[in-house]
Amino acid sequence: MPEFLAELLNQNEIFNATTVMHYWGGLVTTVQLVFLSLVIGLFLAVPLAILRTIRNPFVSGPVWLYTYIFRGTPLLIQLYIIYYGIGQIEGIQETFWWDIFRDPFYPALLAFTLNTAAYTTEIIRGALMATPQGEVEAAKAYGMSWALRMRRIVLPSAFRRAIQAYSNEVIFMLHASAIASVVTIVDLTGAARDIYSRFYAPFTAFVAVALVYMALTFLIVYGFRRLEQHLLKHQRPLNQ
Amino acid sequence: MLDFHGYGPELLRGAIVTTELAFASLALALAMGLLGASAKLSGSRAARGAATFYTTVIRGIPDLVMMMLFYYGGQVLMNQLSDYLYYNHGIDFFVQFDPFMAGVLTIGLIFGAYMTETFRGAFLAVPTGQIEAGRAYGMNRFQVFFRIMFPQMLRHALPGIGNNWQVLLKTTALVSVIGLSDMVRIAEQASKAEHAPFKFFIPVAVMYLSLTAITELAIKWLNRRANAGVVGGI
Repeated sequence: MPEFLAELLNQNEIFNATTVMHYWGGLVTTVQLVFLSLVIGLFLAVPLAILRTIRNPFVSGPVWLYTYIFRGTPLLIQLYIIYYGIGQIEGIQETFWWDIFRDPFYPALLAFTLNTAAYTTEIIRGALMATPQGEVEAAKAYGMSWALRMRRIVLPSAFRRAIQAYSNEVIFMLHASAIASVVTIVDLTGAARDIYSRFYAPFTAFVAVALVYMALTFLIVYGFRRLEQHLLKHQRPLNQ
Repeated sequence: MLDFHGYGPELLRGAIVTTELAFASLALALAMGLLGASAKLSGSRAARGAATFYTTVIRGIPDLVMMMLFYYGGQVLMNQLSDYLYYNHGIDFFVQFDPFMAGVLTIGLIFGAYMTETFRGAFLAVPTGQIEAGRAYGMNRFQVFFRIMFPQMLRHALPGIGNNWQVLLKTTALVSVIGLSDMVRIAEQASKAEHAPFKFFIPVAVMYLSLTAITELAIKWLNRRANAGVVGGI
């Protein structure tokens, strides 16, 4: 930390160098947690969404059940089940998994990933179902196989339609990640709770962290707007 | 068979608390939504600005952070207010700021912002010809609102209200974090005491699923009623 900044902070009662570093650590944890769960969730969601559109009920049924359960129950319950439940699995304490899951970060990551994958699956499924028939027919007329058609035509077209809803899901995930603090993770909210209980200053502690979340939210909104402009360039009216 | 180790009645009481919390929050959210939508559609720039500020700020802050701000901050504010009243005016006034109040306030305000957008779209979907016709019949502004705008707006708003309600119901779980004895908190305490997380959390999850399923049916029924006179396109 630069010298002048440390000096400035030392004059402030609550926002001194220690607490600011505590907030910074929280920010890093929040960003890691949200980013990792979104990336893994997206990778899970694409194949699941494709399975979900298959007509055979034995294929699409289990995916439907998964998304129904994870979208129909609160994330907090899912987090509690995974966090408290993993230690109850018999024999897990002797395996290397226990070293990983003993740290609350990983149960939270698992819960968030499964949750966002369920929402994203439904978003992508909606976009897949809305693929114009003509695009598929054209691809078939070119002699493309199912896999090639999926990769070159259907999925790129669906991603463009899904991006608006997906940006909402990203913001939702950022906000939902605040509950990680409930299972003792020091994310942004966890840092705010620590500083609240240390100084008994609820407004300072929580308003500061609310502003950080707000800045992150607007950053995401801005990023997605740029991405949308880039991906939907071909649909812009000519006279603009 | 299901064995709740004697926590059964308490879990049921928790479920009732959850339902009460959800309905109280819904009432506040609907009121805030109507207020916000009227402000957004009003001619006054100040009202529009205030409503836009409200919806933007709410969408930027996580629900849990806002809930903690209201709960812990509300307590401090209430103490200061009661001190001020007592020392300066001799009035003995104190209200215990409990988690239920903080929860209703937070969830109501958050979903009020989402309802604002829902109602705004629904009001805009009422054809202006309808309003002009009401005016032509000599109705005043309130009559036009209650007889023409409101019933027709409801039809467009119901699907959005239904979606918001489903999310709201799940958000109520967060109030357990600030100490409300809803079913989530009781399940958490019971599972800690009995070392049986699945036994208590899975019934609570099923409870949430069934609450959403039941209310979904109710919304479908309301939707049918609201659309009673509408001739379908296809």
